[in-house]
Amino acid sequence: MADVVLQPNRAATSKTVGKRGSLHKMLKRKSTVAFLMALPLILLIATLVIYPAFYALHLATLNKSMSRFVGLGNFEFLFKRETFWLVVQQSCIFAITAVIFKAVLGFIIAHFVHNIPAKGQRKWRGMLLVPWVIPPAMSTLAWLWLFDPSYSAFNYTLSFFGIGPIPWTGDAYWARFSVILVNIWVGAPFFMIMYLAALKSVPDQLYEAAAIDGANWWQRIWYVTLPMMRNIIAITTLFSLIVTFANFDIVRILTAGGPLDHTHIFATWAFRIGIEGSDIPLGASVSLFMVPILAVAAIFILRDISKRGNEA
Amino acid sequence: MSRRKLSRRQFVAATALSSAALITAPYVRGAHAAGKLSIGFWDHWVPGANKASTDIVNAWAEKEKVEVQIDYIPSQGNKNLLTIAAEAQAKSGHDILAMPTWWPHAQAELLEPMNDVMDGLIKQNGEPNGTVKYLGQSKGKWLAVPASVGSQIKGPCSRIDLMKQHAGIDVQALYPAGAPPKADSWNLDTFLKAAEACQKGGVPFGIGLGETSDNVDTAGAIFQSFGAALVDEKGNLTVKTDAVRQALEFYKKLISFLPPDAGAWDDSSNNKWLVSGRGAMIMNPPSAWAVAKRDAPQVAEQCWTHGFPAGPKGRYAPYLAYFWGTWSFSKNKEAAKSVLRALSQSDAIEKMCVASGGYDLPCYEKLTTLKVWQEEGPPKGTLYHYPNPHNHQTLSIAAAPAPPKIAQQIYTQATLTKMCLRYHKGEPMEKVLAWAEGECEGFMRS
Repeated sequence: MADVVLQPNRAATSKTVGKRGSLHKMLKRKSTVAFLMALPLILLIATLVIYPAFYALHLATLNKSMSRFVGLGNFEFLFKRETFWLVVQQSCIFAITAVIFKAVLGFIIAHFVHNIPAKGQRKWRGMLLVPWVIPPAMSTLAWLWLFDPSYSAFNYTLSFFGIGPIPWTGDAYWARFSVILVNIWVGAPFFMIMYLAALKSVPDQLYEAAAIDGANWWQRIWYVTLPMMRNIIAITTLFSLIVTFANFDIVRILTAGGPLDHTHIFATWAFRIGIEGSDIPLGASVSLFMVPILAVAAIFILRDISKRGNEA
Repeated sequence: MSRRKLSRRQFVAATALSSAALITAPYVRGAHAAGKLSIGFWDHWVPGANKASTDIVNAWAEKEKVEVQIDYIPSQGNKNLLTIAAEAQAKSGHDILAMPTWWPHAQAELLEPMNDVMDGLIKQNGEPNGTVKYLGQSKGKWLAVPASVGSQIKGPCSRIDLMKQHAGIDVQALYPAGAPPKADSWNLDTFLKAAEACQKGGVPFGIGLGETSDNVDTAGAIFQSFGAALVDEKGNLTVKTDAVRQALEFYKKLISFLPPDAGAWDDSSNNKWLVSGRGAMIMNPPSAWAVAKRDAPQVAEQCWTHGFPAGPKGRYAPYLAYFWGTWSFSKNKEAAKSVLRALSQSDAIEKMCVASGGYDLPCYEKLTTLKVWQEEGPPKGTLYHYPNPHNHQTLSIAAAPAPPKIAQQIYTQATLTKMCLRYHKGEPMEKVLAWAEGECEGFMRS
């Protein structure tokens, strides 16, 4: 009798235990824990990145007074503007040149630092990271004084050697050179530290085997170092390309896009049009122009990385 | 223990009384009975100048029982423009916001009409100058109230000694302190000859050709003195005209006498040029002179602010106006209008002008002869002609008389200085004009 009475309770209890058990199991799953831990960041990104991105998309489809939907009309308008194509060309020159030089310099410096004895390496690593750590707006102000049209410290120094004065920011080509130079100076340490980390993870046995096979310095770099660093090079390049295309502060502070618009890049021109010129929809369209191109580049690079990961 | 019974009548009466008390309570005149008001003022360059506006607002707030919050928003890095754009997007923000030059028109649809405020102020202070009407009015509606704080004329500031020495021009004789100008001979030809002489003497005029406001303003005034406009008031393109060609020819000659790096100049470059003693003239309000007073007194005592040279179509000087606007979504419009009236009284304006060392310039015709400009020095009288007290020149803004929304694009994109630089660098005249016409066509999109 007692058993009969207890039976339904037992069933209910085992059901509850089962439910609790599955919740417990789900919570214990690594993926759930990882998701919960990443949730604050996901929410932050959703608020600060995804919402503004969709809002920018919405703005780019409005007319100048933001009262009418014009679809892709703003892009159609931009494609007919000479200055827009100048900005596209300059953004590409700026980003591609700067990323190539940052990668090459970062690679060379990483090798130098890697070869420094462990005792003094930390000091060098710290010092070399300084340009990357200082807020670019601040360091660019220092560069602005060095390049100042009338009181350039570089020109002052060069004058002792009978050189100059060089119009660092006054001539279109020198101005392009100056903004790219500062971008390289700021960004190269990031490549250096990433490549240094990658270099440290290359097993010494590979170099030893290569040495036994009679590989020279160049062959060791080409057949051992570079293949082992391929993923990190791809990721760093992609990341830097996106960040450099979106650069604003360096150009804004050094040249503000001049002379004759010859240093404008997407962000500075978008600011000029959108904020200074009160044409927010057109400014939004300029800033969104690179999104599809960079997205396609990102998909290909990341796919390549994951493919290599699977092969490994 | 006795218990008092509450009758139905007593209950209704008590409820009615307490409801009435609750409803009327907010109207009891307490410390901040008239609500709250938030103000976004422009953060003045001149140290201590903000205090004058704070004092005026606080005195008003105490009298009117309003709780006021003032934010001083700098124009460095265009933070003020970003604030205007953000508040317009969010439809929320300050009840009063300082807006430079083109922004009342840019935000016209979102601004509270100020005709009721302006009618009274015009009766008291006289007519505002034409540039303020152009920038502050739309279809008979005042979009914002002209602010003396931040408004300025960017006229020539010359070195008395260097102009005498190299160009043989006595700027004090042309523009004597306390008297009307005797500057009939001060025209663009004399100006060009002086520019050449000073360049040969190693102290070139510090006029920039970059894309920032100071550079564009000078180009605008010179174009206007030739009668040259890229777009007329009806919105028609007028780029390919003789007046524009003449202005470009003049600028081409002028550029050869300017510092070789003028194309890269920003708004601080001319100030540095004057203060360092390297140039005989710049086009600026007295801020450069004020810095020189502090850092290079020997330069400051040789500075003289005066009028623009006249061109074939008149004598024009760039006037940059600031405004105080109230959003249509403001929560306390009446209080905003009341404080704007207080800030625009002649004694308040004088107080703010004095605090700015004479930098600020009211737009009203009765307020261009305040004591501050007569007394400031050294040398005494250096600012006498700064506010255009004898209406010797027409105050204007670059790209006018084009409809303001088109003019804003011409101004912001520095189309005028770019045209001058392109022509100077050897681009054929017709190609430069075709480029400018294409740009202006683009600026007309609505």
